[in-house]
Amino acid sequence: MMKRVFVVAAAAAVTALGSQAAAAQTLKTVKERGALSCGVSQGLPGFSTPDDKGNWTGLDVDICRAIAAAVLDDPTKVKFVPLSAKDRFTALQSGEIDVLSRNTTWTLSRDTSLGVNFTGVTYYDGQGFLIRKSLNVNSALELNGASICVQTGTTNEQNVSDYFNGNQMKYELIAFGTADETIKAYESGRCDVFTSDISQLYSIRLKLSTPGDHVVLPEVISKEPLGPLVRHGDDQWFDIVKWTLFAMINAEELGVTQKNVADMAKSNKPDLKRMFGAEGNLGEQLGLTKDWVSRIIKAVGNYGESFDRNVGAGSKLGISRGLNQLWNKGGIQYAPPIR
Amino acid sequence: MASDARQAPSRIGPRLRRALCGRAGWGGLALQALFAALLVWLGYEILANASANLKAQRIASGFGFLSQTAGFGVSQSLIPYSESDSYARVFLVGLVNTLVVAAVGIVFATLIGFAVGIGRLSRNWLVARISGGYVELIRNLPLLFQILFWYLAVLGALPAPRQSISLFDEVFISNRGLVIPRPIPHDGLTVFLVAIGVALAAALALRFYARRRLFREGRPMTIWPWVLALLIGLPLIAALVFGAPFSVEVPRLRGFNFAGGLRVAPEFVALALALSTYTAAFIAENVRAGILAVPRGQMEAGESLGLSHGATLRLIVVPQAMRVILPPLTNQYLNLTKNSSLAVAIGYPDLFSVFAGTTLSQTGQAIEIIAITMGVYLLISIATSVAMGLYGRRVNRSLGR
Repeated sequence: MMKRVFVVAAAAAVTALGSQAAAAQTLKTVKERGALSCGVSQGLPGFSTPDDKGNWTGLDVDICRAIAAAVLDDPTKVKFVPLSAKDRFTALQSGEIDVLSRNTTWTLSRDTSLGVNFTGVTYYDGQGFLIRKSLNVNSALELNGASICVQTGTTNEQNVSDYFNGNQMKYELIAFGTADETIKAYESGRCDVFTSDISQLYSIRLKLSTPGDHVVLPEVISKEPLGPLVRHGDDQWFDIVKWTLFAMINAEELGVTQKNVADMAKSNKPDLKRMFGAEGNLGEQLGLTKDWVSRIIKAVGNYGESFDRNVGAGSKLGISRGLNQLWNKGGIQYAPPIR
Repeated sequence: MASDARQAPSRIGPRLRRALCGRAGWGGLALQALFAALLVWLGYEILANASANLKAQRIASGFGFLSQTAGFGVSQSLIPYSESDSYARVFLVGLVNTLVVAAVGIVFATLIGFAVGIGRLSRNWLVARISGGYVELIRNLPLLFQILFWYLAVLGALPAPRQSISLFDEVFISNRGLVIPRPIPHDGLTVFLVAIGVALAAALALRFYARRRLFREGRPMTIWPWVLALLIGLPLIAALVFGAPFSVEVPRLRGFNFAGGLRVAPEFVALALALSTYTAAFIAENVRAGILAVPRGQMEAGESLGLSHGATLRLIVVPQAMRVILPPLTNQYLNLTKNSSLAVAIGYPDLFSVFAGTTLSQTGQAIEIIAITMGVYLLISIATSVAMGLYGRRVNRSLGR
């Protein structure tokens, strides 16, 4: 009798422990640890890449730093975990990272079956093709029979299949484990075409020995909304990550920049007063402090500043804002209001 | 003696006890049962807990994903595959690719390994040194490095398809692989295959007869010209009488790649090359150790019988050495099979790459997929061990041990 009780109790204990871990308080964990664990790419200039001193920079990295600034009041307290496309979701599911900010496409199947929640879109992207100029190809529709290099574990693999079958074209798809291996195979001539999200193609072209010999074809064959994601089941943490990005977009819309943030915080305009916590307690409702937006903007600037610095006009990539322009300036970047 | 016989009935209890629980007695049996129950309970808890956690986190679980459409292309497959096939099909494609590269690797690793291992013991200074150098160079470099070397530095340096090296305008070698003409079957094929079968059977019968004559009358009989005549002649006659068994489709460069013909992809070649040369270095050492384990007198005995050096090795030394070589050889076969999972680095679609890689990241069902993959590697390994074990028993029996 005693034994059975023991067994049942032990079973219950193990199970209870498990389900508690599932709904872990990520905010509390991050604060206790004193650092945010952020999943990033293994080196994609413009989005997440370490420099020669090991400092990470990029649009995706700025999201990590902004969250660390909002939660810990220090944008440097981030532990960056470089992940391949294949391993990224497992790292988030297992709790190794608190947030995944790694040019990841938001799709229905990922949102529903992986136990993750996408928090917003940091970059509206689409898939394209990089090809050697010497092959004299001007359109993706001329790619019948081509060999295509792709990184495994991405939405790109399925998009290629859809596009080529939809246009009755044949192809050979060679999938590699990491981005570097894929690029090496493309450079060695194993493939005619390298396919990925267009932002990545520009970024990867910079890594090639002679970037000028390669062109990105004009076709955009898919929608790739890229954004950060968190584990399913912790709504508070989900809100914090979601509103960190919204704060950056709202700041751009209201003209708040890294330089003028101190002055703007003293403004009497009602929307700015709400944003900077002079009025109401919106930050505290999120589980943060009243000055959460100031912390974020001081650390990384507004969305437009981060975009320009990392991938836009102020960077080596020189990608134009395009779809990623604010909604009132011809793009589709739009954030719900802070009120 | 007499007292033993008298007491025998009362000893059934202790005997049963010993049979069931060794020296530890009934208490030991209870402990073992308890331990087994604990293991089962632990396994059950792990499964139940994992399943509850997955549900709580809203991560899909179960094996239903296997029937879903995969939707991605695989660069090479020996069985028919298209993007609209299921993940279960992807699993099969990967499994076949793994088995093929492992089988090819094992055959070549064994051939190279035996050649190098015997070469290291050669009386020829140059052969011995080259073999020794091969072993030391190859076994001391990481395998992944060797795979990338063959893939990027050797095969990657081949010309592009438009500048490919061609042999008689029928076989083409480029950085897209080796393209050879493809036979297309015709009506005469059945008769042709039957002719080959008959020729093989006749050759085997001839060999059987020759061996019997050798053992009975002590006279060796040269049969290879007859075998050759049979193997070439019969199919040739069949082809002449019943029409050509197949026509040949010659590959032609069309657009980016070759159309038609059969293609051996560079990923496969690089992986098979790296796996077989790497494993061969270890097999060579096993072979050398095995041969050195055979007493020198055996070699001298063979030579004093008037057998040539090669015949002594083949008929006397190697069969005895096999007893020592087999167990470590099995290990090397297992290593080679498991090492084939490095394929993902060069884009060869093996089981690990397409199933535990692409399928896993598309479905996110890590636990199920890793469990299946582990199970499959385990099965392949156990099957290899069992097969080698059976062969080992045969070797030992033929040596009368």
